[in-house]
Order: sequence, then C-alpha cells, then structure tokens
Amino acid sequence: MVIIGGRTEAAPTRDTAPASTRAYAAALAAGLVLLAAAAAASLAIGTRQIPPGQVWHALAAPTGTETDGIVRDLRLPRTLIGVAAGAALGLAGAVMQTLTRNPLADPGLLGVNAGASAAVATAIGVLGVTGFTGYLWFAFAGAGLAAVLVTLLGGAEPVRLALAGTAVNAALFGYVNGLQLLDTGTLDAMRRWSVGALDGRRGGELAGALPFLAAGAVLALALARSLDAIALGDDAARSLGAHPGRTRALSVAAITLLTGGATAVCGPIAFVGLMVPHAVRPFTGAGARRLLPCCLVYAPVLLLASDIAGRVVTPPGEVEAGIVTAFLGGLLLVVLVRGKVVRP
Amino acid sequence: MMPLRGAGLSVRLSRRPLLTGLALLAAGLSVAVVTLGTGTVGLTPAEVLRTLAGGGPPGAALVVLDLRLPRVLDALLAGLALGMSGAVFQSLSRNPLGSPDIVGFGNGASAGALLAIIAFDAGTVPATLGALAGGALTALAVYLLAWRGGVHGGRLVLVGIGVSAALEAVIRFLFVRADLGKAAQAATWMVGSLGGRGRDDAAVAAGGLLVLGPLLFLQLRRLTMLEMGDDAASALGVPAERARLALLATATGLTAVAVAAAGPIPFVALAAPQLARRVTRAAGPGVLTAGLMGSLLVAAADWTAQRLSGSAPLPVGVVTGVLGGAYLAWLLVATRRGLAR
Repeated sequence: MVIIGGRTEAAPTRDTAPASTRAYAAALAAGLVLLAAAAAASLAIGTRQIPPGQVWHALAAPTGTETDGIVRDLRLPRTLIGVAAGAALGLAGAVMQTLTRNPLADPGLLGVNAGASAAVATAIGVLGVTGFTGYLWFAFAGAGLAAVLVTLLGGAEPVRLALAGTAVNAALFGYVNGLQLLDTGTLDAMRRWSVGALDGRRGGELAGALPFLAAGAVLALALARSLDAIALGDDAARSLGAHPGRTRALSVAAITLLTGGATAVCGPIAFVGLMVPHAVRPFTGAGARRLLPCCLVYAPVLLLASDIAGRVVTPPGEVEAGIVTAFLGGLLLVVLVRGKVVRP
Repeated sequence: MMPLRGAGLSVRLSRRPLLTGLALLAAGLSVAVVTLGTGTVGLTPAEVLRTLAGGGPPGAALVVLDLRLPRVLDALLAGLALGMSGAVFQSLSRNPLGSPDIVGFGNGASAGALLAIIAFDAGTVPATLGALAGGALTALAVYLLAWRGGVHGGRLVLVGIGVSAALEAVIRFLFVRADLGKAAQAATWMVGSLGGRGRDDAAVAAGGLLVLGPLLFLQLRRLTMLEMGDDAASALGVPAERARLALLATATGLTAVAVAAAGPIPFVALAAPQLARRVTRAAGPGVLTAGLMGSLLVAAADWTAQRLSGSAPLPVGVVTGVLGGAYLAWLLVATRRGLAR
C-alpha cells in the first residue's frame, strides 16, 4: 500500500489470472496477420509509393525495372531487418521484465542498447575496428556488461532503476556524441550509434547477425518455463525443479545476444521492449510461456509501423524508426505510471 | 542522511558550508581568470587581473573584456543556475539522480528554443523566450500528469522520464525538418555549447538569476521542511503541496534560464549538489553551495573543452557528459544496492 497525499490507494486490482486459451490463440493469429500486413506496407510505402501489383511483380518475377530495384535492394532488406530487430528487442524486453519483475525493464530504457552502441563506437572510432564481424563482438560485450549491471540492480524499485538507466544512457550517448565530434572523418558512420534506424543497405549485416539473433530467440523461448518458475520465488522454483542461478545466467545471455545483435544492425532502438509486453499482456496473462511468443510476433509489427510512420511524416526527409519508438514509448511510460501499472 | 545534531554542534556545522562556499567561489573565479588568459593570445593570470582592473598589456582589453569575458561570465552564471535547480530537484524527488536534465526539463527548454528558431526568426530573444516557455510548459505538463490527489516524488520522476523521451523525439523531428541555415543554429540547442555565446546570453543568465535567485532563497526554509516529509511539514505550518509547486516552478525557471544561456549542459545539475554535499558534509538541500559548485564545474569544463579541442571546437556539454558519466559510474559502484542515498 502506498500512501500518497494522505490518500490510501487500493491494492492492485489488475487481473493476473491467465487469460483464456482462446483469447491467446486469437491474439497470436491476429498478430501474424498484422505482421504480414505491416511487412507488405513496409515494401509499398515510402518516398516513392509502389502499388501492390508492382511489389508482387518485384518479389515473384523481377524483370529489372526501377521499382523492382527499389523493392528488392532497399525495401526488402529494410523490412527483414525490421522484422528481425523488432522480434529481438520485443523478446529481450519481455525476458527482462519477467526476470527483474520490474514493469519498466527495457533494453533501451535501462541502457543495454546504449552499452552496445558505446562499445561499437569505441571499436570503430578509437580502436579502428572495421567490418561488421569485427564490431559485432563489441556489441555483444557492451550489451552483456550492461545487462549484468541491470540484473544486479533488478530488485530495485522502478523509480531507481529507471533513473539509473536514464543516467547511464545520458552518459553513454554523451560519450558517443563526443567521439562523433572529435572524429569528424567518421561522423556519418558514428551517427547511427546515437540514433537507431532501419537501413536497407545493411542487409549483409543482418545476415551476419542472424545466427546470433536466432540463437538468442531460441534460448529465450526455451527459458520461458524456468522464468515462470523463478517468478514464484527462488525456493518455490527449486521445489519445482528449476535452477534459479542457471536461469538468470542464461537469461542474461539471451538478452545479450538479442539486444547486442539488434543494436549492431540498427543502432540503439529504445522502448520496443517496453511497449510490446505491456500491450499483449491482457491477452496472454503474466506467464512467460504465452508472453514471449506473442511478443515475438507483435514487436516487429510495432517496429515496422514506426519505420513506416517515420518515412511518411516529413517527406522527402525521413525520421529514424528509433525516434518514432522513443516518442510512442515515452507517452506509454506516462500512461503506465498514471494507470498504476508502475507503482513508484 | 546525518542525524540531527545537538545545539552545541550546530554552530560548528553551519560554519563549514560558509567556508566551503567561499572556497568554491574563489576556485570558480580562479578558473575563470585562467580561462580568460587561455587562447590564441595567451596571457598570464596576473596580466588578466591587471586588464580587468583597467591596465594590462596593449590590446589585451579587447581580447579579455570584449571577446572572452562574456563567455566566461555566461559559463559561471549558467553553472550557478544549474547547480541551484539541481539541488532543489534532488531534494524534492528525494533521489540523487532526480536532477532536471535527467527528468527532462532541459529537453522541454531545448524543444521550445528549437520551435522558436524554426517558427520565428533566428535570434537570441525568440530562442530565449522559447526556451523559457518550453521549460515552463513541460514542467506544468509533467506536474499535471503526475498529479493524483498530490504529487509523489517518484511518480514525478517517472512521468518526467516518459515526457523527456517523447520530447527528445520531438527535438530530433524538428531538427530533421529545419532548413540548413537554421539547423546550424539549432544544433547548439541540442548539445550544450558555449561557443559563440556572448554578451546577450550572459545578460539573460544574469537577469534570470536576479529574479529567480532571491525568490528561491525566500523558499529555502520550506524546502528544508519538506525534506522531513509532507506530514511533518504540514504539522509545522508549511502547505506541502503548494510549497512543492512553487519550488518546482522556481527550479524549472532556473533550469530554463541555464538552457537559454548555455544550451542543455548535461550532468552539472546532477553532480554539483552531490559534490557540494560531500564537501560541506551538511544535511539539507545546500542550494547555494550547490550553485557555486555548478559554476566551478561549468567553468572548469569549458576551460578543458577549449584546451582539448584542436580544429573542431568541442562543446562543453560533451566534457560534462563524459566526466558526469565517470562520476555516475562511481556513484553506482560506491553505494550499496546501487543507488541508496
């Protein structure tokens, strides 16, 4: 019970009972349909609008027309990056929220993205590392370090965790901006480590990161049962045959693979991992076994929609997807705090 | 927090903050004198002092008084405003990280300044008014959104972080929209920078401090009472909610003045009150020592930025960002359970 301004707030009334299996199955099916629609829209919409017929033409039987080139070389890789990175960030957020039992856990808000970004920026700007396979490992190292730190702080109340994360973010992005300004030669290369965006020219990088993203996703989904068990408390979890220490370590590994891989391809994109679990929980209940698959499907929808919104909002310029998700995520955070989901 | 001391000790304790304040003032002014002598035309501190007094080597008056002095004054005054507002915010949110830049009032002021630059003309007056209006509107929005039969420090922080993230996105959006000429001016509102700051900006900071400084000192007793908790403060005759709103408004004003005068310089409002508290070892908000520490920090960071940068000028905000980050890492490691005060 929290006493605020002399008034006593009621105990949480949020329904924590598992939602019905039918609602879950319907939500999952609807998610797949939405994902297909978002992917199609992402192929068609942009500075140059391409009718569905020509999109299909480009995918099924390309003949080398101009629109074929746009769809196949730019929009298709961009869409695939959006699907992969969105799924990774959504899953990472859901695992973090379940693991830390903190409704504000998100790889962006708590600085895991920023850790990966700062490590990559250091690798490129200071150590002179070139090539995606070279700095991918730095992304993992940075993300892993930040993820361990966050997990150690995990039990902290939401306000402290959010403040610590915001401050860590400010410091790390200040560092990245500093590198950017000192090293004008790589200004353009550095810029993407302070603002996350989907970029169709990075299809090759997606291919390099995909094995790690897939491994992280499989690991996360396999951990769902153990995560549900340790949510009951360590003693209860042990009596159910789970291993709390091992589950925590493997969860941090999954978060690192998912967030580090996604950040290495797109730069830091925040709040996807915060928004999606909260959005789907009414249909899945709090359990990770239903939450994680639903996040896997809905998170790419959100990231693709954000990317499309960024393309159409200021033609002919583009607003990066990471900026759109930050705007939406910031507003959702306010709603969560007002709606008593997050209790300071 | 330290326990309350006996009456015999309290006299000794109040002398230390006074001495510390004087020492911080002296240190800040010393750094300012050194900075005045730094640059393409190098001068010794003695020459700078003689120039300030009206003498000095030929030609030094132009360099020191006309070119460098406004910028140095701007740094000192912006630091003073940031330190004082940081002390108030940290005291109200009861969290060492609850500073205005982390909670997002700096972003509100930046967004206001950007809007003014893009919508109206490029110039100091519209940008300053925009920063003040943006800061005030953001504070009002955060306060109203966090309101539920009263404002809880923690809820204020979380709502602030959310609004701040959304505003950051708005700033980036405006930046993308701005045409190239205005974008260059707008860029200085995104990273705290003292480059190109001059007489007008220092005047803005001085004017704002002259109005808001005394206003804040009239409320200091209330701030100290609020630290004991709303109930205790109410029992002592302080209307808790109204006092908090007035303090929040004043501190936001100070942040907006600093942003208007020097752009959003990160981490000064966070670190200055904490560092000042460690030196004074006194309980309570310590607003004035925090302000003087802020002056010292910004002046020292500006000197460092000028010394470090070769061809490309390094904004002072990058230096405070990196140093602030190091300090933050220390704060996280040094305090058990992460962030216990």
